[in-house]
Order: sequence, then structure tokens, then C-alpha cells
Amino acid sequence: MRRAFIVVWKDLLVERRSKETLNALFFFALLLLFIFQFSLGPDRERLAGTLPGLLWLAFILNGLLGLGRTFVVERENDCWEGLLLSPGDKSAIYVGKLAGNLLLMLVVEAILLVLFAFFFNLDLGGALPALAVVIGLGTVAFAAVGTLFAAMTAQVRARELLFPVLLLPVQAPVLLATVKATEAVLLGEPLGSVAHWLKLLAAADVVYVAVGVLTFDFVLEG
Amino acid sequence: MIPEPLIRVIGLRKTFGNHRVLDGLELEVRAGEAVAVLGANGAGKTTLLKVLATLVRPTRGTAIVAGHDCAKDAEGVRREIGLVAHGSYVYEDLTAAENLTFWATLAGLRLSAAARAGALATVELDRAADERVRTFSAGMKRRLCLARFVLARPRVLLLDEPFAGLDQRAKKWLEEHLASFKTGGGAILMTTHSFGRELAVADRIAILAGGAIALDTARGALSADDVQRLYALHAEDVS
Repeated sequence: MRRAFIVVWKDLLVERRSKETLNALFFFALLLLFIFQFSLGPDRERLAGTLPGLLWLAFILNGLLGLGRTFVVERENDCWEGLLLSPGDKSAIYVGKLAGNLLLMLVVEAILLVLFAFFFNLDLGGALPALAVVIGLGTVAFAAVGTLFAAMTAQVRARELLFPVLLLPVQAPVLLATVKATEAVLLGEPLGSVAHWLKLLAAADVVYVAVGVLTFDFVLEG
Repeated sequence: MIPEPLIRVIGLRKTFGNHRVLDGLELEVRAGEAVAVLGANGAGKTTLLKVLATLVRPTRGTAIVAGHDCAKDAEGVRREIGLVAHGSYVYEDLTAAENLTFWATLAGLRLSAAARAGALATVELDRAADERVRTFSAGMKRRLCLARFVLARPRVLLLDEPFAGLDQRAKKWLEEHLASFKTGGGAILMTTHSFGRELAVADRIAILAGGAIALDTARGALSADDVQRLYALHAEDVS
């Protein structure tokens, strides 16, 4: 636990000082919303149908950028080699990296949600608690696989290309569940009505995190 | 009584594709001993260190470090070694003290503020403890890397060109530090292709050529010129 915590502490401290990822993600999110706004226009009916998909598209695109940078800091001064040589269970590094990614993604998603409400003049107040549950469950699954695949591709030359190609197919069921659940929540339906999607997301969270913890050692060792 | 070998390499072979980098390499380094491995660029010096550090798996043969087989017990080896390679293993946006805290905690050590300050003082970085590493010179980063081993106390040091990029003061400091590490019973294997300061620390000189040790001799009273002549005779013949 201490070893996982020190990884989160280090990643967040580096990010707080460099602000490389957060700044880039914020401006990317802003850019996406401008594009969505221009392409959809003010038609609220059309917007209602596409909003859940757009919201998750924005989350996924931001997530791909953010997760893809997970191990960039480790390439500097060969720190990757240092991680590999540090004695002890390597799954602590995975848990630390995952927690750091989750925090970063949730912050960006919260900003995106506020910007969505502002750009598209939406009142999310009533749906916010239910939306938070769906976003939380979806983000854990996305970050769990993303962190693992980011480690797998970190030492590969074509990593920028390979990372999304590997990640997106695995995320297909998660994406389907999150979009469907978000759609229902935004239409004002109770969480109980999308319980089956939430169960799928929770199961995906458990499976993906478990796979990450169990396989990270092998991934790191290459 | 002859001290036990802390590094024992038997018939080591490492190939990358069709290229045989190491081929039947034999080497021993005993406790309290420092061996300098000399060799031309591409002779396999770094590969040898990487095999001993468990970063690269040998194709054939055995490498044992502090009683642990590098291929079968990487975890055991990693607890006993300190590797200083080309990278300094430091995060540029953390301070020197934060870097030490991170690596010590990751290695499972409980680091007190006093121990951390002591390690930084040992490598003469106590005044720069709270400065970000981004502002450090290459020599300071190398010393910070070594500060980790002051805390972890490995029995074996694996050093790749340890004096490269250091100024005269830092070289003198490193020389003294390595001498005291040897006196404490540690074993040092360092690779180099220069005939400079490394040789003063070394008890033995091994010349790596053609994937194997072409010459392994006590440094004794050999001068830098003698070593250079031996190197020309053994290493350049093979290459």
C-alpha cells in the first residue's frame, strides 16, 4: 500500500509542477467542445439524442491522450529501468499508476461536464449523482485497461498508434454500457432502470483491475 | 581466507538475433574487490552489466550475483545490487530529497528524515536537497543516483562508465566512495573504454573482446600505459 501510494504521490507531484498533461487535456477538451458546438448547432432535439455519445467521445479522446502519457515520465533518465529494478511486487506500481490516472481523468471529466453544461445550455443538476455513478464506473474500467496497455506499449516505437488500436476494441462493451446508462440518466430515468448496464460496468471494473494487478509484473518485465 | 565471489559468470552467452554479443564469458568478482572491464564500443560491456542486473536474460550460461541466479531469481539479485548505468534514474521535476524518498519507499525502506539527510550529505548534495533535479548538472544527478545505494546498502555495485561526465571533484569523491564500498566488503564490477580514473579503483582488469574475457589480470603496478598496451594487444586483435 505504501509503495502504491508513493507512486501516486510522485505522479501527482510531477504533474502539479509540470502541468504538462492537465493543461494539454484542458485545451483539447475546450477544442472538442467548440467543434461539437459548431457541428451540432443549437438544435436541442438533435442534441438530446447525441449528447451521451458526444460526452463519452470527449471522455475517451481525452482519456487516450492522458493515459498514453502515463509512462512518458518514466522514460526520462531511464526511470523505467529503475522501476524494473526496484525489488518487491510490481503490482503496487500498477495500482499507483492507475490511481493517479483515475484522479487525473476524473478531474478532466468533471471539467468537461461543466463545459458541456455551459456550451449546450444543459441543466445537469438533478441527474448529477446518477451521472457521477455511471462516469465513475466507466472511468475505472477505461483507466484500468488504459494503464496496463500504456505500460505494454511504453517501450514500443509505434506506441502512439498501437495504444489506441489495442485499447479501443477492449473498451467496446464498456463504451456501450456507459453511453446507454448515460442516455437513460440524462432522460431522467432512475439508476434502477439501467441496473443491468451498471452491473456490466462493475464486473468490467473488477475484471480489468484484477487482470492489471495480476499481469503488470510480466508486462513490465517485457 | 579467500572471500566468496559475489559475482560469478559461467559460460555466459547472449545473442541478439544472429549477433552473438557475449560468447562463453567467464568472470568472478569477490567480496572487497573491484574489477574494471575494458572493451571497445559494442564489445558487450553494457550487455554484461544488464545480464547481471537482470535487465536482459542470458541466452545460455549462468550468472550468479550474491548467491542468486540472475535468470531464475531476479528478485533476489535486485535486492543485492546497485546499478549505475547511462540513465541517472531521477525525476527532473522532483527535488533531490523527494527523489530519494520515492526510490527508498519503492524499495520497501522506511526512510527517516535524518537518514535521508545523511545520505544526501554523503554524496555532498545536502545543500541542494530541496532543489529540483532539473537544475542539477550531470555529476550531481550521478551522485544523487549513488545516494540511493547509501540507503539501500547493496552488496554489489554494477557501474557503466561511472566516471563519464563527472568533473574532477566529483571523480575524486566517487573514487573515495568506491574505495570505502570495497573496504566494507562490497564487490564492484565497472565497465569502461577509457584508461582513466576507473583503473585506480580497480583491483583487476578484464579485457572483453570477441564476446569473452580475453585477459584477466591483477592491476598491481600496471600503469595506464601498460594497460593501454595490453588492451591494444588483446582487444584490438580480436576486433
